[in-house]
Amino acid sequence: MSGASTRDGLLVGMLRRIGAVAVFFGALLAQCAPALLRPRLIVHQVYNAGARSLIIIMLCGVFVGMVLGLQGFDLLQRFGSEDALGVAAALGLLKELGPVVTALLFAGRAGTALTSEIGLMRATDQLTAMQMMAVDPMQRIIAPRFLGGVIAMPLLVAIFNVVGLFGAQLVGVQLMGVDPGAFWSQMQGAVELNDVQEGFIKSLVFGTACSLVAVYEGYHSEPTAAGVGLATTRTVVTSSVLTLLLDYILTAAFL
Amino acid sequence: MPLRRRPKPLERRRQPDRVTEAQRPIAPSAQAGDAVVEVAGLRYAVGRREIFTDLDFVARRGRVTAVMGPSGTGKTTLLRLITGQVAPSAGEVRMWGANVATLGQRDLFALRRRIGMLFQNGALLTDLDVFENIAFPVREHTNLTEPLLRELVLTKLHAVGLRGAARMMPAELSGGMARRVALARAVVMDPELLIYDEPFVGLDPISMGVIVRLIRQMNRVLGITSIVVSHDVHELGAIADESYLLSEGRCVASGSPDELRASDSEIVRQFLDGVADGPVPFHYPAPDYREQLFGVDDPRGRG
Repeated sequence: MSGASTRDGLLVGMLRRIGAVAVFFGALLAQCAPALLRPRLIVHQVYNAGARSLIIIMLCGVFVGMVLGLQGFDLLQRFGSEDALGVAAALGLLKELGPVVTALLFAGRAGTALTSEIGLMRATDQLTAMQMMAVDPMQRIIAPRFLGGVIAMPLLVAIFNVVGLFGAQLVGVQLMGVDPGAFWSQMQGAVELNDVQEGFIKSLVFGTACSLVAVYEGYHSEPTAAGVGLATTRTVVTSSVLTLLLDYILTAAFL
Repeated sequence: MPLRRRPKPLERRRQPDRVTEAQRPIAPSAQAGDAVVEVAGLRYAVGRREIFTDLDFVARRGRVTAVMGPSGTGKTTLLRLITGQVAPSAGEVRMWGANVATLGQRDLFALRRRIGMLFQNGALLTDLDVFENIAFPVREHTNLTEPLLRELVLTKLHAVGLRGAARMMPAELSGGMARRVALARAVVMDPELLIYDEPFVGLDPISMGVIVRLIRQMNRVLGITSIVVSHDVHELGAIADESYLLSEGRCVASGSPDELRASDSEIVRQFLDGVADGPVPFHYPAPDYREQLFGVDDPRGRG
């Protein structure tokens, strides 16, 4: 009995939370148009969310590509088709690993930074001060950060993919001796625009989801040190789960 | 040397699309002493806890109105109600005649452009330097040219004695300096009403003296109506024209500082003389001391 009521409570709580996020998203979208009229604010946020995440994205991209090269080579050589390593690495990166791993890294690096920054602004009355100066924080603070994240994600994914392919090539061609001509030409022949499109759409959706979660959690965090910490943790957990869930839904939709 | 034409201050200020109730200027016949803020029969509760049960309050034009009271009586909450950050459960808050709770965001923002607010912790924007913090509301609401904006900001910084700190970041400022920068930001749009939330908290005597002098200057020289929320009785006595003492959700005494000092009300005496126990009890409601100390049911003493 009490288990059922706890389950109902959890369900109601979850539905309420989804509703609150939807309302917040609506209000945020309404402020995006005015925010777009101030591109300098958005460019600054693209720099914060994108350029400052570059090192971690590139570093991880190389390693993911190298692992992909190694595992791919090991698997493909069993069937004598190691020349297809380029195709396997490219499709794996473009359609799945690039968007997903970048989104997870984005949530950990830029998402947490966004949440804690906005949460601390709330805790130190900076958002209230803005409202008292007749400035809407949704338009001046939240919308540019959200748009910055949405724009930065596809760019980061593209860089991750390029660096990942370099890593796969490094291991496959340089280390394992796959023919470079076969590696690149098979990739060029097999990868189609649809594959790139799928990755691009995924990166846009993940960018929207991760940025939305980050700004929502920051904006609604308790104005205490513990509250901001909790909101930051929630950002990572929610963004990661949401990314993987959306990835499944999108992959199913594209197949 | 050719004379440069000096633009009139804020001549390039963006014109609002329409004049709303809150944007309408005070009638020319308005006299000093007219009510700027009127609070009548205010009731406000957070959950089951009643913060205000029946509060009446008036801040008059050109005067310094002090709101005093023990910690936790809702002084800051009153400011949040006055400025429309929260809505009352019952009663009315009127500013320049407009019912704050019924205003939409557009009208509320128009009303807030006539208000400057000094926050307890300064609430400076931490990613902007001192200059940009003060320039922030001007940049948001006007199209002033950079030279004119610079002139305006430096004038305000000079008034609070911090012209030399223009390029410092908020993290580099002392508490007193941050409060003065926040004051410069609060007056940069030439507000008609200045609201100070605990302006003396955590300041050394020198900084406190500076802030008291600045508040007095803003009121006497610029004629700005002021509401000061604080529990620093002596500082308020030096600057306030009218004082309200809040306790248990209502106003328990009001009048000039001299009238309050002459009051023989128990709660006024406890507050002004700083007596530990009285109508405001020293102990927060708790179970019987002996029972809690020696209770065996809960070894942590929560019985």
